[in-house]
Amino acid sequence: MQVPEQAAQGPAARELGDFLERRREQIAQRWADVPLFRTVFTVSRDEAVEACKVVVDALREVASSGRLDDVAAPGFDPAREQLGRMAASRARGGVSPAQVANEAAGLRAAAAELLRGEDLPAHEAREALLALTVLMGTLRVVIMETTVLAGDELIARQRQQLLEVATPVISLWEGVVAVPLIGTLDSARSQVVMESLLQAVVERRARHAILDITGVPTVDSLVAHHLMQTVAAVRLMGAECIVSGIRPAIAQTIVHLGIDLSAVLTRGSLADALEYALARQGTEVSRRAAGATPR
Amino acid sequence: MPAPDPAATTTMPIGSDADLAWVRHRVRQCAAGLGFGLVQQTKLVTAASELARNTLVHGGGGQVEITPLADGPRRGIRLAFTDSGPGIGDVDLAMTDGYSSACGLGLGLGGARRLVDELTVDSRAGQGAVVTVVAWLTGAPTDRTGRG
Repeated sequence: MQVPEQAAQGPAARELGDFLERRREQIAQRWADVPLFRTVFTVSRDEAVEACKVVVDALREVASSGRLDDVAAPGFDPAREQLGRMAASRARGGVSPAQVANEAAGLRAAAAELLRGEDLPAHEAREALLALTVLMGTLRVVIMETTVLAGDELIARQRQQLLEVATPVISLWEGVVAVPLIGTLDSARSQVVMESLLQAVVERRARHAILDITGVPTVDSLVAHHLMQTVAAVRLMGAECIVSGIRPAIAQTIVHLGIDLSAVLTRGSLADALEYALARQGTEVSRRAAGATPR
Repeated sequence: MPAPDPAATTTMPIGSDADLAWVRHRVRQCAAGLGFGLVQQTKLVTAASELARNTLVHGGGGQVEITPLADGPRRGIRLAFTDSGPGIGDVDLAMTDGYSSACGLGLGLGGARRLVDELTVDSRAGQGAVVTVVAWLTGAPTDRTGRG
């Protein structure tokens, strides 16, 4: 293009801004039927139209400010939250960022069609269409940005959730708490386990703590080290710690690896560990004699 | 030495704790695919875990090559851990149980050796290290049962 782009954009951008204001309602009505909005606002079409208006207003603001190709234009800010929610909703529905970008492209076609129907001089119409194309391209980048950010947030939230759900301390009996460990026991996890277990020992006045490693696939020297540290810490609190759920393959591996767990009280299964703890507490569990009636 | 099939070699980076989990997962998958029993799988995966952690902690990161081996009817796996860290100055000392240059149980290298059929260390101080282990499916376990 021969004319400096900024100079050419000025009037065209203003023209576009006017068009967006004039046709706000029609554009919003059309966009509400585009998959990007339609699939998110499933309950009520009016909601979709309202959401579209927010985006149209943002675009008009950006167009009026003349910053058509500026992704960071402040005009987009009011629509960002809206777009972020939509992106997150699409991501949850299993739609890839590329598909979202394609759906965003659909918005341009709908708006361009309306713009062509405007009664404008040929030259101005061309310039306005060009400005619209630039603006919608920028909107697409903004949508992509929010999509990626939504994905990052989702991952961070899930990571946090995983840490929280991974270490429940269960009360098995009065004075007996247990932690069923599942998955990899790395340094961060073992720290969380140790903290929550020690906390539970204090709060529930536990005399016995059971670490069940049935769900730990690999016990190498570091995992064993973490287990021994946890056992030692529990012992310092005045409680007895039992490690249960050592599978045959793990037992053989521990022996070959040369880890000395003789200082740690171990039991084959969680049931055995509970039985041991109850016996130590002097609690007797017995089968009801035949003929006796339950209370 | 049997001829490994270079096409079947998988190379994985070791640069973080998350990578260790991937290495364990891949080694277990590979061993299970070759028909390793549960005990042998567990031993090999544990050895891989120790050595991969050595690569990460002592070598400052590196990579592992996982290669299925075939020697006549025998099937096996070779794992080669490579790093470009400070290297292992005294290999014999590093193999000794209880010796550790970082905090830990000091069982990594020596322990890993007892979990596999062959373990070789190629390293000179300052030039990184290549630790290679081989585990065979057939040829039932010999009496390398450590001191358990």
